[in-house]
Amino acid sequence: MSIATQNKGFAAVLWDYLTTVDHKKIGKLYLYAGGLFFLLGGLEAMIIRIQLIEPENDFITAGLYNEMITMHGTTMIFLAAMPLLLGLMNAIMPLQIGARDVAFPFLNSLGFWMFLFGGIMLNVSWFTGGAPDAGWTAYSPLSTTSPGHGVDYYIMGLQLSGAGTLMGGINFLVTIVNMRAPGMTYMRMPLFTWTTFVISVLILFAFPALTVGLFLLMFDRMFGAAFFDVALGGNSIIWQHIFWIFGHPEVYILVLPAFGIFSDIFSTFSKKRLFGYTAMVFATVLIAFLGFMVWAHHMFTVGMGPVANSIFAIATMAIAVPTGIKIFNWLLTLWGGQITINSAMLWALGFIPTFTLGGMTGVMVAASVADYQYHDTYFVVAHFHYVIVGGVVFGILAGCHYWWPKIFGRILHEGMGKLTFWTFFIGFHLTFFIQHFLGLMGMPRRYWVFLEDQGLDTGNFISTIGAFFMAFGVIVFLINAIYTAIKGEKAPADPWGGRTLEWAIASPPPYYNFKQLPLVRGLDPLWIEKVEGKGKMTPAEPLGDVHMPNGSFIPFVMSLGFFIASFGFIYHATHDVAYLFLFGGMAIGLGSMLVRSLKDDHGYHITKEELEREAD
Amino acid sequence: MANNTNTGNFDSFHKQKHKDEMVKQLITFALMIVFTLIAFVVVLTGVDKIFAIPLLLLLAVVQVAFQFYYFMHMKDAGHEMPSLMIYGGIGAAIVTILALTLIIWW
Repeated sequence: MSIATQNKGFAAVLWDYLTTVDHKKIGKLYLYAGGLFFLLGGLEAMIIRIQLIEPENDFITAGLYNEMITMHGTTMIFLAAMPLLLGLMNAIMPLQIGARDVAFPFLNSLGFWMFLFGGIMLNVSWFTGGAPDAGWTAYSPLSTTSPGHGVDYYIMGLQLSGAGTLMGGINFLVTIVNMRAPGMTYMRMPLFTWTTFVISVLILFAFPALTVGLFLLMFDRMFGAAFFDVALGGNSIIWQHIFWIFGHPEVYILVLPAFGIFSDIFSTFSKKRLFGYTAMVFATVLIAFLGFMVWAHHMFTVGMGPVANSIFAIATMAIAVPTGIKIFNWLLTLWGGQITINSAMLWALGFIPTFTLGGMTGVMVAASVADYQYHDTYFVVAHFHYVIVGGVVFGILAGCHYWWPKIFGRILHEGMGKLTFWTFFIGFHLTFFIQHFLGLMGMPRRYWVFLEDQGLDTGNFISTIGAFFMAFGVIVFLINAIYTAIKGEKAPADPWGGRTLEWAIASPPPYYNFKQLPLVRGLDPLWIEKVEGKGKMTPAEPLGDVHMPNGSFIPFVMSLGFFIASFGFIYHATHDVAYLFLFGGMAIGLGSMLVRSLKDDHGYHITKEELEREAD
Repeated sequence: MANNTNTGNFDSFHKQKHKDEMVKQLITFALMIVFTLIAFVVVLTGVDKIFAIPLLLLLAVVQVAFQFYYFMHMKDAGHEMPSLMIYGGIGAAIVTILALTLIIWW
């Protein structure tokens, strides 16, 4: 197995990735697919900004503009940010806790393919008569009455990819609870692992709300139900509640892993233990807990009344406290540290002021009275781009630069990394800082055009110029990735002077990760061994056979089945042939589940002798 | 090796434990059926709603507890994390329902 991985043809590599259950390869697949959707979402963003470059522009039509904003939001949240983070978690978290794989490798693969087919599903809509156009929040009654099949694609696509995410979350939970190396107690886990753990809980609790909401919307649109139809006794506000009961925790699902990445980077490149580790862990848990109590702050102007508005406003402001704890702990980790500034660290340093600005406007929009002014203006657009780009995208890019050597075995080019950072960072602030003021001057969000001479012309022009800077930065990053893959410097096991377990094994790690599970003697286990002069981990077990899972093509087939069935659901009312897709797809999906249940697959063992033969 | 002489006792200890466990399972199972019967009887005999609904809810809660603690072994050692998750989830759900019923729609 191990030796056969060298010099394979394209078809063999493709088959390998289609059937893989290895967490490192699935991590890469998530990164590739998420990166592709990130480019798509970025392209949509560029089209939006070009449309808004001048007053009353007619670059695209109003209908297409609605599709653009909907698909930009949906793609960036569900198909770019989530999978890129899941990819980093998949690739790194098992290494950080000293595990050989995740708890359910098959489920891991199934989660990825469900996500990918969901993403393809959403984007197929471009070619079948129009993408979803009811906004990424798909508020009813707009979403229940939107003509065409766009919103149907939104429902089925998100249902598929949401199921994949839920599987991923459960898998990470079980992995972290059960598969930590000997000595790796909860309070010795690196912050990235901690945040992975906490967001997996959030996924477990929050995604079912989305699933339920999407089912209700599906019944309304495809089967004539009336959950959201006021005329038939339904309630269209319930969609907003269900969506945001999911949607607000989703924000923390995105940003907490980024916090984890930054914590690891700050501590590594300051050559210091993370300041206030315990406080950081509890702040993470507290943010997650409070994240469930604040959903209605997205709905201040719905008319819930002063009592509900006040309570949700105060709960929302309370979240600023643990977030503040985190900001100060990062600053104090830097304080007096021996700081190395490279591209990964630049993203982390750029994150602090950017995210703090986003947090500050967050407290502003949380004030329910003032929110009547901000609601549905570009102020809100600026706010959430400051937290999502400034927090999550910066975090993903920081994580990419930091872990690239571990995942791909080569170090990204520093010069290009810095160029990416500076162009993207400057472009980001050009694009979004001015939008605060556009919003305060009254520019509403989601509008196709704005009028001349209302004080909005210059601001929008600057904003579009900034977007081009960001696009340039992303292109440089792409070139960097390709250059690195061809000519990049080969990475040693520990290129950064790392502190955590993932740096204790080769880059990229062998497919079984740890030959012998490491013995963890404290927080930052590798650093402890370095300080005490040993420099490498002590094994916690004698060399023995390693049990490995077999690859499987079933996850791909299963996801494909549900993908086909989704088309059947969308078109069943208008085309009889759709029933063929519906029942055929379901037969493939459920049949694969049956095969998986009935066929025992015990995996295989790498023998002790084979492990001994392989060089360290 | 010396321990081998005690295998007989060891086995009988486990046998006794399994026997106790089985008795508990059977009692729980019987109680579950009784509770279900009570629920049906309450509805069939047309007991006043103000009494019937709380009673049914109470029976449901007890049955869920039996399910978790006896059938799914949450009473045994090593189930701290599942308990934490289940109670965490129930807590989040209750707070959400309370918020929706008490302060949003009143």
